[in-house]
Amino acid sequence: MTPAQVAALLDEPACEHNGTKDREKPVCTRLKPGATAGGCSFDGAMITLFPITDVAHIVHGSIACAGSSWDGRGAASTGPSLYRLGLTTDMTEQDIIMGRGEKRLLHGIKQVVERYAPKAVFVYQTCIPALTGDNIEAICQAAEEHFGLPVVPVDAAGFYGSKNLGNRIAGDTMVRRVIGAREPEPLPDDGHRAGMIIHDINLVGEFNIAGEFWNVLPLLDELGLRVLCTLAGDARFQEVQTMHRAEVTMLVCSKALINVARLLEEHYAIPWFEGSFYGIRDTSLALRDLARLIADPDLMTRTETLIQREEMAIGKRLAPFKARLQGRKVLLYTGGVKSWSVVSALQDLGMVVVATGTRKSTEQDKARIRKLLGEEAIMIDEGNAEVLLGLARKQGAELLIAGGRNMYTALKGRLPFLDINQEREHAYAGYRGMVTLAEQVIATLESPIWPLVRNAAPWHAPLAGEA
Amino acid sequence: MARVIKRHKAVSVRPLKTGQPTGAVLAFQGIRHAIPMLHGSQGCSAFTKVFFVRHFREPIPLQTTAMDPISAVMGGTGNVITGLETLAKAGKARVIGLITTGLTEVQGVDLQGVVEQFRNSHSGLAGKVTVVGVHAADFSGCLENGYAQAVLGMIQTLVPEHRDTLRNAGGVSYVNVLPGAHLTPGDVDVLKAYITAFGLHPLVLPDLSSALDGHIPESLSSPVSVGGTTWEEMTHMPRALATLVVGSAMRRAAEDLEARTGIPTHYCQGLMGVEALDQLVSLLIGLSGRPVPAWIERDRSRLLDAMMDTHFTLSGRRLGLAGDPDWLLQWHGMLVEMGLDTPVVVASTQSQALSQSGFETVKIGDLEDLEDMVTGLDTNQRPHALVGNSHVAEVAGRLRLPVIRSGYPLFDWIGGHARAWIGYEGTRQVFYDLANAITHSGVPKHHPFRSRFSTFPEKEPK
Repeated sequence: MTPAQVAALLDEPACEHNGTKDREKPVCTRLKPGATAGGCSFDGAMITLFPITDVAHIVHGSIACAGSSWDGRGAASTGPSLYRLGLTTDMTEQDIIMGRGEKRLLHGIKQVVERYAPKAVFVYQTCIPALTGDNIEAICQAAEEHFGLPVVPVDAAGFYGSKNLGNRIAGDTMVRRVIGAREPEPLPDDGHRAGMIIHDINLVGEFNIAGEFWNVLPLLDELGLRVLCTLAGDARFQEVQTMHRAEVTMLVCSKALINVARLLEEHYAIPWFEGSFYGIRDTSLALRDLARLIADPDLMTRTETLIQREEMAIGKRLAPFKARLQGRKVLLYTGGVKSWSVVSALQDLGMVVVATGTRKSTEQDKARIRKLLGEEAIMIDEGNAEVLLGLARKQGAELLIAGGRNMYTALKGRLPFLDINQEREHAYAGYRGMVTLAEQVIATLESPIWPLVRNAAPWHAPLAGEA
Repeated sequence: MARVIKRHKAVSVRPLKTGQPTGAVLAFQGIRHAIPMLHGSQGCSAFTKVFFVRHFREPIPLQTTAMDPISAVMGGTGNVITGLETLAKAGKARVIGLITTGLTEVQGVDLQGVVEQFRNSHSGLAGKVTVVGVHAADFSGCLENGYAQAVLGMIQTLVPEHRDTLRNAGGVSYVNVLPGAHLTPGDVDVLKAYITAFGLHPLVLPDLSSALDGHIPESLSSPVSVGGTTWEEMTHMPRALATLVVGSAMRRAAEDLEARTGIPTHYCQGLMGVEALDQLVSLLIGLSGRPVPAWIERDRSRLLDAMMDTHFTLSGRRLGLAGDPDWLLQWHGMLVEMGLDTPVVVASTQSQALSQSGFETVKIGDLEDLEDMVTGLDTNQRPHALVGNSHVAEVAGRLRLPVIRSGYPLFDWIGGHARAWIGYEGTRQVFYDLANAITHSGVPKHHPFRSRFSTFPEKEPK
């Protein structure tokens, strides 16, 4: 990847961060050594594409890149488990000194194709071979011709930049090399519904963490919306190839893959919108937006009927939870789209969000936050443990919702916690997910452990600040 | 001598190995008020952080020099200096572990040079912040080696160099301990208890048992490690009676400590099994001149009793093991004592000690190799259980074999870090667990035979 290509990817016209000089915090500046959190470009590319389940994802590099991270994400599959193999060329010192990396890669592709018969092979460039100049493009092309299956280079070495850049490289690679290569399959015989037009849609950036998309898919099925691809939760390679045929794209994770939505619009005139499946209001809104952009009056009517039914049903199920959660204060520290989508979900439970994290949020995300929390909303740009705990105390938050890596920080502060990031175990999306969310919030918030954990041993004076 | 079968595949599938930088990061968690900084791309530290957060369920202090395209090509010295400055300025760190990665090793970083440069340009920090440089390329070695490299760096940088003739000064008899990466915080606790029981004072480098043991520190949030070996403890190390070293990967570090201090070194491979523990106890008797405390005698007796109780189930049975070399070797002793066979042994990397070990065959490889080796055996030759990390547990699940989870990482198992495998008591519990796992593995106990003369229907109601 050349500097010009990287610059082009960072220059995302559809991104709100772009172009204006008076942004309070431009996202795409150089990172500060000694004060940087978050993953690299390889990380970003990997998390974007690894959920494609029938592809052999080969990480070309030393063990660092795959060895401690493989199979670490919760993207669930209905079928193939090829994506969880942790394939890596695991380059040795000899490979590097003798320049044998390319050869190892080519043999590696052969090894994997012969044993696992993947639908395609993705090869991920990493720091060392990028530095020594392994030409993965050429190797992939040779392998593709030789083995007769798509072999796609994903050139997102770690030092190119942030995780977000890696997301975009991954998305860009799909648009340039994969999407448009195949027509969608005809509908299966039992896929038709009398008097209903089936519409094809794309989701972009739905990763099916903890299988949560399966809370939503039944609703889309019922409405006659066929998901060509989620890019990439529980996706198959051939689904990615057909994304150009969708009537509408719903961008689920905005920051990561906005370039995919924009390019699909530019190349194939597919309209797109940004939406979320977290919370009742947002799930309903997403379904409405899908129907609206498809502009099928019958679909719009059926969507309204479905929303009414689901909202009523979920309202009933949530009522007892809401009574317990009403007015309870929560501090949210997450990134990007979740900084507003989860706010909305928590408000739907009657909770009060006292502050939200905006480290990876776009200006558009922030505008939505202000709409939900008011102009005075507290936004946390950089929240280390101390900041989060201090703010929680000051604002009287009883619960911290954040990513897993902040979890044990919260617990050291004896604060109830809910994990909202990709390693989580629970499915929070869709109407049904709200019940799970409420259950999990209550499980931590109302656990009897907290008074025990907070109080000093009987032979000690009370802890400072707790008395 | 073990037959060692080298890696033969171009691509590793379900990797067993974790890189050296990860191990080095682990070692610095066991130094009080330390923070490691990986000199590489930010992903190196992000992955490592998640790896250990999931294993220990603890916050893990870790930073990065955040290499970018410019510094990757033009050199990362500026990044290192900025990173060190940033951490020093934050004012919390006493020790900064500056650890290279594959990227910066290939680039050819002058680690000592840049540490020197920082020291000279920030002389005001002398005595307040010390930088320990560690070479840890991830294209050779494994977690254990990176951890050992970090300990070597700590000894060279933090342990004063002098030969103290007054070993027992002040009436305190110190014993240095260099525990290998295969010892858990729980293990280190046990080892300290053994040493203390003889009236000796252990100085453990690094000491995970007071850092990543899962406790609630007084300061609720800390950007640096909240426990571990103290500065003061390290200054006492040259006065110790002896140094106890656990694991062959630690040999370089131990030799260096001996060269600096003249303290005699005692090596052991692991501390599971009667023989290994008897040697430890004999050493402690020799060093202290004290009799064996009653509780240790009792624990030993309990272990021997447990071995008699479990040998019906375990002797002659077979295990499959996958892990790092020193971890494997620690298991070897106790398995031999019980007469457990190890037809399938996969190691993440080669080591001299491993090739000299009593294992019959060791495959250097990954978990695909583990699975292939198991399924390649006749059914009556296959292991009865597997031992290894959480990824091994998944393989075991597919093979329908019981598993004992041990090693790094354990992400599907709570409390793995706290478990003590060593000591007579720890060994006893392992035998119990193995016996229970094999007993309840779902393998049919008998093979019913239906007589041809039977007049009852083939499927009788239950």
